[in-house]
This record gives sequence, C-alpha cells and structure tokens, in this order.
Amino acid sequence: MTESIIELKNIDVTFHQKKRTIEAVKNVSINIDRGDVYGIVGYSGAGKSTLVRVINLLQEPTRGSIVVNGTTFFQSDEHSGQKTRISNNDLRVRRRKIGMIFQHFNLLNERTVTENVAFALQHSQLKDDEKKAKVAELLALVDLSDRAEQYPSQLSGGQKQRVAIARALANDPEILISDEATSALDPKTTNQILALLKKLNTEFGLTIVLITHEMQAVKEVANKVAVMQNGEIIERGSLLEIFAQPKQQLTREFIETATNIDKAIETISHEPLVNKLKDGEIFARLSYVGETTDEPLIAGLFRDFNVTANILYGNIEVLQDTPVGSLLVILSGDPTQLQTALSTLHDHHVDVTVIKGGN
Amino acid sequence: MSQWFTNTFPNVVYQGWSGDTGWWTSIVQTLYMTFWSAIFGGILGLIFGLGLILTSPRGITPNKTLFWIFDKVVSVFRAIPFIILLAFIAPFTKLIVGTQIGTTAALVPLALGVFPFYARQIQVALAEVDSGIVEAAQAIGSSFWDIVFGVYLREGLSEIIRVSTVTLISLIGLTAMAGAIGAGGLGNMAISYGYNRFATDTTLVATLLVLILVLVVQVTGDILAKKFNHK
Repeated sequence: MTESIIELKNIDVTFHQKKRTIEAVKNVSINIDRGDVYGIVGYSGAGKSTLVRVINLLQEPTRGSIVVNGTTFFQSDEHSGQKTRISNNDLRVRRRKIGMIFQHFNLLNERTVTENVAFALQHSQLKDDEKKAKVAELLALVDLSDRAEQYPSQLSGGQKQRVAIARALANDPEILISDEATSALDPKTTNQILALLKKLNTEFGLTIVLITHEMQAVKEVANKVAVMQNGEIIERGSLLEIFAQPKQQLTREFIETATNIDKAIETISHEPLVNKLKDGEIFARLSYVGETTDEPLIAGLFRDFNVTANILYGNIEVLQDTPVGSLLVILSGDPTQLQTALSTLHDHHVDVTVIKGGN
Repeated sequence: MSQWFTNTFPNVVYQGWSGDTGWWTSIVQTLYMTFWSAIFGGILGLIFGLGLILTSPRGITPNKTLFWIFDKVVSVFRAIPFIILLAFIAPFTKLIVGTQIGTTAALVPLALGVFPFYARQIQVALAEVDSGIVEAAQAIGSSFWDIVFGVYLREGLSEIIRVSTVTLISLIGLTAMAGAIGAGGLGNMAISYGYNRFATDTTLVATLLVLILVLVVQVTGDILAKKFNHK
C-alpha cells in the first residue's frame, strides 16, 4: 500500500520582473509516494529547482496547494485566489523533517564538519551528549568520522556533499530533496553519492526527490521519473516506462545521452557497411524491455525466417532489476520474410525503428 | 641624546607630557574618542547594516518600508560632511551629554559620523555571505535569530573584522577633526599646537603617533581576520 507523502496540486510560480513576467512553473501537479525515489529531469531553466523549492516553501507558489505528510503547507482558493499558509513556526518544525542537499553543498565555511551537522540539531529535543552521539552516528553513516574536526575547505567535493547529507539527515527526515546534488561532482564521486542515496532509500525508507539534468543519475537510483520543460511536466511515469517507451522528443534526448545510443548511431552510420547497404538489407534499432531479452531473439530470426542479423552495437541496462536493451543491427534476408520477421519482433514487444534501407 | 632631542624638537618638549596640552593627555583623548565612538557607532552601524541585508528584497524578511528607512537614514548621514555634522548636531549633543564641547561631547558626532559608513561596510561584508548557505539554514528549519547570529554574523565574521579595521582607521581620522569643538587629541595637537604655531616638529611627532596607532589597528585587524577565515 503506497500513500502520497508529497502532493503538489496545480502549482504555478510566476516571477514579476520589471516589465517582464516569468512563468517558472505552470500548473504542475505531482504526487510522490512514501519510499519513492522520484527523479525530475530537465535542462537548466526548465523550472525543476523552483518546483522542488515549493515543497518546503523556500519558494512560495503563486497558485496551487502543497500537502506534505498530511500537513497543508499552502493552499490558494480556486476562485478568490485567497492564499492560506502554514505559520512560520510550524513551517520551521516541519522543515526539519524535510532534508535538502544542494549543488554547491552550502556548508557553513566557518564551522567544522561536526559543527555543521550539529547546526541542524540546534532545536532538537536531544540532550547535549545525545546530540554528540547523533552527530557521530551520522558522520559514521556517511563515512566521514575521521574528518569530524576539519573545515569544509579542507574537504573534496564528494566529502562536502556527504557532510551536507549528514546535516540534512540530522533531524531524521522522511523526505530528502536533492537539488542537482551531483552536478558539481566527477562521475566516480557522483556514483558514490548516488549509491549513498540509494542506501538511504532502501535501508531507511527515505523518500527522495532528485532533481538533475543528468539522466544517468536518475537511471541509477530513481523508480519514477518526470521530465520538465518550460515549467511544465511533459512526461512522467515509472523509470521503466520512461526508458522503454519515451513519448516526447526531449525525453528521448535525455535517454540517449544516458545510453550513448545517439553517438553509436552517429558513428556507425559512417561505416561502409551501413553506408552501402545492399538490397534487402535494413539498418535498424531494436529496443526491448524485460523478459524478451531472455529469449534467443536473434537466433529465432534466422531459424524461423532465414533472416541474418549483424549486430553492430548493443547496450543493455538493468533498471529496477529489469533489463532494458538496445541493439543496432543490419538485418538481411528475403524482403517478404524480413517484413514477417519485423512484425513477429513487434509481437514480442520489441520496438523496431528502421534507420536506413528497406525501401 | 636628550640634549639633541631638546634642540631638534623644542616645541615637542615644550608641550610637556601630562599637562592639559601634554602628549600623554592627547594620546588618551584620541584613544578615548576612538574607543567609545567605535562602540556606539559600531553598534548603530551593525544594526543598520544588518537591517539593510535582512529587509532587502533578497533578504530573509523582505520589508520595503523598513529597507527604505534604513537606506535613506544611512545615505543622508553619509552625505553630511563631518565638520558640518559636528556643528549641526551641537544642540542634540548638548541634550545627550549636557555640553557641546569637550572630549565626551565629541563622541556624539563621531558616533553619528562613523555609523553610516560602517553600516554600508557591514552591508557589503554580509552580502558576501553565500545566499545558498542562508537557504540551507532555512531548509533545516533555522529560526530568524539562528540565521542572524549563526549564519550572517558567524560566516561573515572575518569580513566584518576586515571592514571594522577600515572603519576604525577612518574613525581615527575623524577624531583629528574633533579638535574643532575642543575635544583635544593628537589631531588637535598637530593642527593647533603644531601647524598653527609653525611648530613643524610638533606636527611631525603627532602625525607619527597617529600613524603608529593606525598601524597597530591595521595589523591586529589583519591577524584577527585571518584567524577567523576558514574559506
């Protein structure tokens, strides 16, 4: 049984600048369930950061309603536009249950690692020695116990982000908002941070909202994805649905950057093999999800239709324990047989895109 | 040595050490004026500087009216030349300290003269504090005062010390002018007993003493600013 922990309804965020109105978020509704790792993907300027800042009211929306963990943070009346907002005191208390990490870490430069984490515990009910123990426990969790007395300037980017995570977790939040938290890190460190987030999700049931422009990061940890463009969510679904059957052009672009398939097509297209396709040959992309990959697909093509497949490129991802594959192949055989083969593939839920040939 | 000194700096020796117009008296007067006006002007400046940062449109409690008031008060006071301020606020000074002349009376115009400058300096210093850190503090549920003391004043401490040093040095400069209302001090020594009486040696020694004072402030400020900077 899943229940929504974050419900955003009809959120509008409009900024008024001199002579200019910017609609950063337009009529976005989103439900995030407890235990989700919800990836929100988009290019910079798409409105993703503004949207997540709405969750803990760092950004007050122009219109809409925000309910977090059963508490209404903000609500605007549909007709009168009358806004009601949680009191500042209540908001501060609730915010302690919503951790947040940032692209540039935002650590207190003049405090040590320990003091940074303890800063979040200022209003905690814990006694002093319990606070100390809590900080030590958090630093152990993010594997930074040996850096406790150092200042942020003495740490690497990945270490800084881990301090930020420890700080965000200090008040045992149920939600963690990650605003481009891995965007300033190198690929290896990015993976370490993502692995840590994944661990927090699976071991502690932490709900994570992950904002990023890197599909790669989403692919590693998210179970649901929303794609944002110009302040709107243009596509959303489970990670598998999005990866296997992207509907929007932008979504496809994002996925291709994560799988490198666009580069592969580009490179292979210049190969003589593809450049000079013979009659009856087609250059195609086969995409499939899940169980299909267990069947001897390529062997079946030859056995049943006498169609040979020359595999030029292959990529298989395992997303949420389900294999998702893409193959770039040259299929050759008798034209009629080839057509039947293609429709058989289709029946087996293999998505076939003919890139070249087959006229 | 002593004979050489008396011959070379006859007017310096003439001023004496501890009398009403003596060197020690002047040094104490300068230190007294600098110290107390730094305290009063400093507190006022800090309040206005913080006010400008906190109530600005990008601050944590944006407030157009308050911001306008802070901004205009600072601008108006900054626009008045100090020597005119000295005379201009004399009735106000009398109201507060009971007299318009003397070292203590100089504290009022000195504090009022230095605070707008300090407020702007503080504003610049606090603007250096990364807005991301403030946002992170808000996100973990910090209160208004947590952010003022725990983030702005703590994160900005090194920069605050640096601008305080600059302000203190310019304040020492202002105390020289306070001689105009009979406040004494080293500046007065250099002008009234040195320059006006063609006693070049007195001017030179008074200037050197001010220079030493400035140097001590500068070096101390630099050391402290470095100590509190972990960026």
